[in-house]
Amino acid sequence: MANFKETLLNPILKGNPITVLVLGICSSLAVTVQLKGACVMALSVIAVTGLSSLVVSLLRNTIPNRVRIIVQLVVVAMMVILVDQVLKAFAYAVDKQLSVYIGLIITNCIVMGRIEAFALGSKPIPSLIDGLANGLGYGLILIIVAFFRELLGSGTLFGFQVLPAGYVPNNFVILPPFALILLGCIIWAHRAFDKELQEK
Amino acid sequence: MNTNSNVYTVIYTTVIVVVVAAVLAFAASSLKPLQTANIKAETLSQMMTAAGLGDSESFSSMGNDAVLATYSENIAEAIVVNARGEQIGVLKTDKDHIELIDNFKPENKAITEGGEPRLPVYKFKSGVTVIPVFGAGLWGPIWGYIALEKDLKTICGAYFDHSGETPGLGAKIKDEPSFKAQFNGKVLNLQNTKNPFDIVKGGAPEGSIDKVDAISGATMTCNGLDKAIDTWVGAYAAYLQSAAPAIQEAEVAQTVEE
Repeated sequence: MANFKETLLNPILKGNPITVLVLGICSSLAVTVQLKGACVMALSVIAVTGLSSLVVSLLRNTIPNRVRIIVQLVVVAMMVILVDQVLKAFAYAVDKQLSVYIGLIITNCIVMGRIEAFALGSKPIPSLIDGLANGLGYGLILIIVAFFRELLGSGTLFGFQVLPAGYVPNNFVILPPFALILLGCIIWAHRAFDKELQEK
Repeated sequence: MNTNSNVYTVIYTTVIVVVVAAVLAFAASSLKPLQTANIKAETLSQMMTAAGLGDSESFSSMGNDAVLATYSENIAEAIVVNARGEQIGVLKTDKDHIELIDNFKPENKAITEGGEPRLPVYKFKSGVTVIPVFGAGLWGPIWGYIALEKDLKTICGAYFDHSGETPGLGAKIKDEPSFKAQFNGKVLNLQNTKNPFDIVKGGAPEGSIDKVDAISGATMTCNGLDKAIDTWVGAYAAYLQSAAPAIQEAEVAQTVEE
């Protein structure tokens, strides 16, 4: 049971894919202008990482080693297209807003990274949890960044006006460089808080 | 079982690909009706945004049904014309059977290659007439709707969209409100059917009535949009010129009666 907790919590805290492994930076700069988009993106990535890890883990003993990357890619691509199709049917406006970035989940290093490093050598249930947890760790950072960017950049949260009407939105916050700076601050705070992450 | 033999590898990959293709085909065909309804509502929203009946955000938050209802309430008639300006059909506008011509590709081909295009004209009750434009951007198709006043040459609104232009550059034809706002009050030069409108790189001359500024960093997209407007407005020119005086006369007659 301790192992289960470790699998679930490690990717969210000590091994967070964004702040510790520094993977998935591109999309975290691109889709964090608004909370709503960030939440949908986070859910999509959680679904893709979880399900593709599960499927690859189920297939792990049958996959020919020489073409394993291609087989993994096919599985991931299928999940991404499924997520995109479902979004197009049920959340069309958000899908338009996220535009190419849903399709680009397939190139997100977190997905392939976890499949190679974990799912290929583990049982299905732990793999599913590992995939979900890594998606969660990614989504958590995405939502933190989007919270600040939407609050300071538009004065709103989830589209509702939060700051008083006199607040002048800061246009710099909406641009991707601000997300990078904010991400740097989050990594800094994370490392300052967790001494184990600091290099000697 | 040797999972590294050539035969096994080939059979395995074939099976995987077939299974994945089947799953995707099933998902795509079962979700198709919902997606088509979304696309239809979006097309109507874009048209109504151009016509000044609201903004795209409020339309996207009101839900598909409400969008269809708003269109149905505000449209006077939707007709189909050909490149010679003759009416060749009518599009249904009642809420449950709204007809649109939103597959522009074959019509675009008909215009550029001298076929018989079916050109939709949407006349709203406010007196605004909306026509579509379509063309190629840098990465994929771009399209839009131009709203014209009663004289059928003065632009009173425009909405552009694209399938995959670069965010922050070409995508600004959709995302930059000031780009679209430039079109308001401009006049289409319908006498010149080859080039009725210009999007000028480096800035339109001061006071010009048929030119707007291009977006810097988006030359290819703007050239594509310029060509799209020229091609489509050129095809509509015959209709717009022949229909315009008729509307004005009708109005004069109405004022006389009053």
